[in-house]
Amino acid sequence: MQTSNRPVSVRDLSVAYHRKPVLRDVQFDAPEGKLIGIVGPNGAGKSTLIKAIMNLLPLTGGEVQIYGKPYKEQRALVGYVPQRESVDWDFPTSALDVVLMGRYGKLGWFRKPKAADREYAMDCLDKVGMADFAKRQISQLSGGQQQRVFLARSLAQDARIYFMDEPFVGVDAATEKAIIRILNELKTQKKTVLVVHHDLQTVREYFDWLLMLNMRQIAFGPTSEVFTTDNLQKTYGGRLTVLPDLPEPVAETR
Amino acid sequence: MNVLTQIQQFFSDPNTLWVLSGTILLGVSSGVIGSFAFLRKRGLMGDVLAHAALPGICLAFMLTGSKNPLFFLIGATVTGILASMAINTITRFSRIKEDTSLALVLSVFFGVGIVFLTQIQHTNYGNQSGLDKFLFGQSASLVGDDVWVMGGVAIALLLFSLLLFKEFKLLCFDPGFGRSLGFPVGLLDLILMLMLVLAVVIGLQAAGVVLMAALIITPAAAARYWTERLDIMLVLSAFLGGLSGALGTLFSATTANLPTGPLIVVAATMIFLISLVFSPRRGLLSKAIRLAATRKQMARERVLQFLYENREQGYFDPLNTEMILWKYPMSRRRLKSALASLTKDGWIQVEQKGGSFFIRGTGEGWVQAYETVLRTRMTEVWMMHENEIGGNIREEGSTTGEIPPDLFEPLWNLLVKHGREPKWNPKSDSIAGEGGNVP
Ligand SMILES: Nc1ncnc2c1ncn2[C@@H]1O[C@H](COP(=O)(O)OP(=O)(O)OP(=O)(O)O)[C@@H](O)[C@H]1O
Ligand SMILES: [Mg+2]
Repeated sequence: MQTSNRPVSVRDLSVAYHRKPVLRDVQFDAPEGKLIGIVGPNGAGKSTLIKAIMNLLPLTGGEVQIYGKPYKEQRALVGYVPQRESVDWDFPTSALDVVLMGRYGKLGWFRKPKAADREYAMDCLDKVGMADFAKRQISQLSGGQQQRVFLARSLAQDARIYFMDEPFVGVDAATEKAIIRILNELKTQKKTVLVVHHDLQTVREYFDWLLMLNMRQIAFGPTSEVFTTDNLQKTYGGRLTVLPDLPEPVAETR
Repeated sequence: MNVLTQIQQFFSDPNTLWVLSGTILLGVSSGVIGSFAFLRKRGLMGDVLAHAALPGICLAFMLTGSKNPLFFLIGATVTGILASMAINTITRFSRIKEDTSLALVLSVFFGVGIVFLTQIQHTNYGNQSGLDKFLFGQSASLVGDDVWVMGGVAIALLLFSLLLFKEFKLLCFDPGFGRSLGFPVGLLDLILMLMLVLAVVIGLQAAGVVLMAALIITPAAAARYWTERLDIMLVLSAFLGGLSGALGTLFSATTANLPTGPLIVVAATMIFLISLVFSPRRGLLSKAIRLAATRKQMARERVLQFLYENREQGYFDPLNTEMILWKYPMSRRRLKSALASLTKDGWIQVEQKGGSFFIRGTGEGWVQAYETVLRTRMTEVWMMHENEIGGNIREEGSTTGEIPPDLFEPLWNLLVKHGREPKWNPKSDSIAGEGGNVP
């Protein structure tokens, strides 16, 4: 199979913090134009995987390719939504300014954002339903609104592949649906979205493909095939007492 | 030149103006760099760098035997960089946390600096070196060359900050995202650190190693109180820094040779305290005033609501104020002030009967009470039906409590549906007077 044209292709990836391995044996080829969920318990290495793919952490082994080339050359194709707690929101800046940061990559060094960038950022804010808050100082936004600002910032990156670390944390049900609508819209534009997700109940509804992770890769494939009781037990170490209602078990692919 | 000569005469010493412009430039550049350091949470680093500069300056003097400011600049920069490398190494390779390693490095470098300084002063030549002025700063000791170097570096730093504004903003707010965009965050951090070293070093002779850090951090901390925009914060911080530098220099020059550093700190601290208390959004005073005003407004609305609801249920007599407290618990003092202000507005009348107080609405008061209740109930149904009604309730509704006119009708219909519409309208009711509300 010709894998090098896949949006994200991960080969035998492993990562360690201070020589303690936290991820190993990760190997998958993400198909284009799909919503891909990443599930696993706390500390499974989901955030670590995303950071490793995006070159934010040194790999201890393996390799990552974005559309057949190393990440460094393909940076402009990738958008990123970090976990919300990763920044201090008491920063003197407005929601629109944060979204504008999504344009910085395209601008490059020293160049200041133009009016066109501002308009683009404003459109992105509008898409996530936050246009009214453009001028608001960011610490005066609620947690869910901050999350939407981060989402808008990634949209402003105008990427082809998106990595989103728990974009649904702290958002209400209506907002969650709105975000999913946006993600599906990205999908129709042939964009690939990888999303760290915790709510197993909605996995089948939201995601076409699934990566199940617990310090190593448990399964990767179409949700209908890999989202099985067996895989869930392996992923969560048999700690799941209430399993999401699953259809009849399907054979494991990996 | 007319103004210049006037000022020169005023200060009697022609050097003062020259020095003054130097310290202002110094304050401006430390204010700007300090803001970035402050937002990057590197505030203490300025202090470490300032103290670490002392051994560098002494070494430069011992090696070259000259007081050329350029050599001082180089020496202090080298030891500053060594200090920051030491901090990185300690935090990375030991269990010691960053705050401890900052304190450790600061005291070690400063200690070594003091040893060198003592050494220099014990040699004959060193007596005239004037290096001891570096401890607390003496702007009067600045000569032509010093000011040239100081001003030149300060302007270069300002230009650099302007050039890297966008990059530094990203670095301070979300370095992880910055790295994902391809900006070399480590390099940016290093550049910021170098700029911080330079900003500190050029200020040493004027402000002194012990207190220079105050000129870096205090203006930034003060500026943060006045604005929610980074560009404005930088400009403000620059202004406040320049002001502190100027005030410190002026006092130091006009009073019997007081060291400049402490005076700059006093000036900067005064500015900070004023910001802490009086700034419009974040200041302590305005916060207190806002809170008191909202509480009073709340209490007033409670009273009106209580009046109206009783009337709506057909209870026409003046109401005992104790009953308000019973339904809406609040402090007696707050109720009293609310009643007083409502009386002053002419919306209610208070009468005393046998130790208790009774209130009733006036014509205007009933209208206001009706409006208040209508607004509250409309907001209630709006919240319940936000989806179908539309509008942005948390935005439009929260600050003023006003209902947007275009939503008035659908909300009224909803109220009727729920049976919650205010049943008695004082504006259309001709027999309202019977309730005893004729002023
Ligand atoms: N900076 C770090 N230094 C050392 N260990 C770390 C670091 N970051 C994460 N770890 C460890 O790596 C493992 C994976 O962490 P990671 O943040 O990737 O988990 P996660 O799957 O994102 O969890 P969560 O669902 O809680 O976000 C955990 O055991 C964690 O303790
Ligand atoms: Mg995580």
